[in-house]
Amino acid sequence: MELFKSTIHALHDLLVKKEISATELTSSVFNRIDAVEPSIHSYITETRQQALVQAAAVDAQIGRGEPVAPLAGIPGALKDNICTQGIKTTCASKMLDNFIPPYNATVVEKLADQGAVVVGKANCDEFAMGGSTENSGFFITRNPWDTERVPGGSSGGSAAAVAAGQAIWALGSDTGGSIRQPAAFCGNVGLKPTYGRISRYGLVAFASSLDQIGPITRDVTDCALVLNAIAGYDAKDSTSINIEAPDYTKALVNDVKKLKIGLPKEYFGAGIQPEVAAAIKKSVDQLVAMGAEVREVSLPHTEYALPAYYLIAPAEASSNLARYDGVGFGHRAPGNDIIDMYKQTRSQGFGPEVKRRVMLGTYALSSGYYDAYYLKALQVRTLVKQDFDKVFAEVDVLITPTVPLTAFKIGELSDPLTMYLQDIYTIPINLAGLPAISLPCGFAQGLPVGMQIIGKPLAEATILQAAYAFEQANDYHARFAPLGEV
Amino acid sequence: MTYETVIGLEVHSELKTESKIFCGCSTKFGSEQNTNVCPVCLGLPGVLPVINEKVVEFAIRAGLALNCRILPFSKFDRKNYYYPDLPKNFQTSQYDLPIAVDGYLDIEVDGQIKRIGITRIHMEEDAGKLVHSGAISNSEYALVDYNRTGVPLIEIVSEPDLRSPAEAKAYLEKVKAILQYIDVSDCKMEEGSLRCDANISLRPVGTEPFGTKAELKNLNSFRSVQRGLEYEVERQTQVLEEGGRIIQETRSWDENKGVTLSMRSKEQAHDYRYFPEPDLVPIVVDPAQVDSIRASLPELPDARKARLIAAHGLSAYDAETITASRAMADYFDAVVTAGADAKAAANWLMGDVAKHLNATNMPVENCPVAPAQLAGLIALIAKGTITGKIAKTVFEGMWSSSKAAETIVKEQGLVQISDEGAIVAIVDGVIAANPQSVADFKAGKEKAIGFLVGQVMKQSKGRANPELVNKLLKERLAVL
Repeated sequence: MELFKSTIHALHDLLVKKEISATELTSSVFNRIDAVEPSIHSYITETRQQALVQAAAVDAQIGRGEPVAPLAGIPGALKDNICTQGIKTTCASKMLDNFIPPYNATVVEKLADQGAVVVGKANCDEFAMGGSTENSGFFITRNPWDTERVPGGSSGGSAAAVAAGQAIWALGSDTGGSIRQPAAFCGNVGLKPTYGRISRYGLVAFASSLDQIGPITRDVTDCALVLNAIAGYDAKDSTSINIEAPDYTKALVNDVKKLKIGLPKEYFGAGIQPEVAAAIKKSVDQLVAMGAEVREVSLPHTEYALPAYYLIAPAEASSNLARYDGVGFGHRAPGNDIIDMYKQTRSQGFGPEVKRRVMLGTYALSSGYYDAYYLKALQVRTLVKQDFDKVFAEVDVLITPTVPLTAFKIGELSDPLTMYLQDIYTIPINLAGLPAISLPCGFAQGLPVGMQIIGKPLAEATILQAAYAFEQANDYHARFAPLGEV
Repeated sequence: MTYETVIGLEVHSELKTESKIFCGCSTKFGSEQNTNVCPVCLGLPGVLPVINEKVVEFAIRAGLALNCRILPFSKFDRKNYYYPDLPKNFQTSQYDLPIAVDGYLDIEVDGQIKRIGITRIHMEEDAGKLVHSGAISNSEYALVDYNRTGVPLIEIVSEPDLRSPAEAKAYLEKVKAILQYIDVSDCKMEEGSLRCDANISLRPVGTEPFGTKAELKNLNSFRSVQRGLEYEVERQTQVLEEGGRIIQETRSWDENKGVTLSMRSKEQAHDYRYFPEPDLVPIVVDPAQVDSIRASLPELPDARKARLIAAHGLSAYDAETITASRAMADYFDAVVTAGADAKAAANWLMGDVAKHLNATNMPVENCPVAPAQLAGLIALIAKGTITGKIAKTVFEGMWSSSKAAETIVKEQGLVQISDEGAIVAIVDGVIAANPQSVADFKAGKEKAIGFLVGQVMKQSKGRANPELVNKLLKERLAVL
């Protein structure tokens, strides 16, 4: 098998046995990027030179007989809203086309500590706002399973890169489903950790109370390995949780006996693609056959989660994105005076979806509307959380489809509201701050279907174990996108 | 109709923490532009604030010193508005749950003590400074200095309890004194570490409802607070007398022209779109921490003033003057502790010491005459070693050389002459040399003796004991 198709754990074994070198592996990935990037467009920036320097350092370390971390020498991609010192970080926005951060995100520092190799900065929806990567200010990324289709979003470049062999692993960010949905569309494993489990320092904010960084990988073991590398308290992020992160590989146990699974009935209603529903049902039956217990549960406020999200997230975004004004950094358009400069800069620098959300959020926070919109949305958020608290008194995990449908065609969902609706199964989890994983659980017309396993706060280990057991009983994850094979 | 003035003040005070409120940058005033900055205070993409715990502690200190209730659960909010000196285009501040509420302080105006309510105290970050290429009106460009961005502030909001510009000034002076006493702020209006906005309205005397208010900005000194408000009282009175209506607006005080000018009307006011700051967690204050801060508070101005009156018999005026600044009061206490008579210490402090400090614009902390040295000078007078007149000369020497009084007296031979024989010799000489004055005195002109005393003092270079001079002159004249 080509190296670029492999997993972190398999490649790590080859590296420490000196059967391959990190340089060789990194070159293999760049050769693959060269081959498929013209048809996929995963990357905004490739960091070839730096990656080869990082790989050489790991090779030297191994050569000296020193132990190396699981991610050492393994090439991966970072979503381009994660700040990298000295490397352009654009958020796929013309606004930040020229922005080179003078600092690394905490996760980037942690990856560097492991000796991980970064091959590039992946495309996404502008400022992580969207579910298809069609909102990128630069270009659209394509789904490796069908290049006429979207890879999902907003972390579409990250998911496509992993699916296309352009990276062994990737980091995305998830505000309303932006890791899980593209992972589902591209046949990857994607994890949104508990809010606060991973430092947000250096993640360019979309909606601060919802954003969370997480891994996109080829299997559950790799997911645990990347999570191990990036999880933990960070004094630079006041919202990070000051509880030590466990070794998540300890959760990789093939056992779901007595695991209590809840199926929220509100997640299996109208609007779901029949093949998706069927794949989830089949997967749950399989888990039951393996010894898990299943019951139907209810999350009665589910239908209000989406509207609440589309008030809270834009409200925070309207404030978070206020700093892009042309004064200190980023794009600046000339203007007759300061107000005109602001207007021109923001008109030119932001794309339509960002403008839409900034306007929505500004409106929701405005005097006279705050109580009716923003405050009401916060109250709904509390109710959504309470729904989860109640069912988690009875079950260990919840299983749902990640998305009601499989990857759609580029341009197919032109109406913003239809686009927003595909996030109905992922958004409530962000509102509640819970951990959730999406993993491949079948195919529909050749396109991957994602299953979402939701856990209690900080119960990443529980959902990883369920996902691992499921993965051991199947080979969906091992299938590789047909791209380039024909 | 006669009107009653209603004033409420919003006082911003920079806290004197070493580092900024949400990052580790220095708060030092006067550094080279844009040197005390980092990605956090520059608001670069992806960065996050972390609260400086010292800021919370200082805000609690201020709250307790101003008799406030400390809220056990407090939070930060974002105040959204666009301005180039505000890198994030929102200010992290506190909106509905400030750190301290419901306080008061007492002011004294024309001998009357009055209690002024304090609505709230909240923490927030300061903005940067714009530097224009010329006058603001025709400036080609503006530069931004972000050194001040993120310097911690507290805003102290008073109730509309102040009834005159003089009361407003007294309130502001008291706030300053208290913040300095508890050592949380330098309160230098000239450096902007103390700033004040005022809300002012008029209502017919005897009526309850408030009139329409104007908000007054750009009050950059204690004097301009009083003058700006006095102008506004006159302006509003005139508008009302002429049957006009006050417009709710923000007005700016023009110090040079001595007028207030309209900045923006209510309709143009910002909608700040406050909402909870999602990047910070709420501040949960431990009651034990509040107790320990309360226990660490120093003696405050009112208590100190009362002590100076009760323990040392100072007049209310003297005690007020000395306790207006903690440094001055500390200096006073140190002089007294070093053994000086309190009344004498007060007189020296408010006299020669204050005169020299004012002339050189020097804070009392830097006074070249240490408290113990001043006590030494006072002791020499008390012992009769030097005269009060000579003491002033000695003080000059102490100020310029920082030497002890005794040393200067010895070096310059300024010891008082109390030897009767020596004084009589001078007295006799003066009598012999001034027959006209002697004749005048003999003829009943009592005042003539003053001239003769002066002559004796002059010849002794001020060193003759004045009491002895008087006594001996009278004796010698009597026997003529």
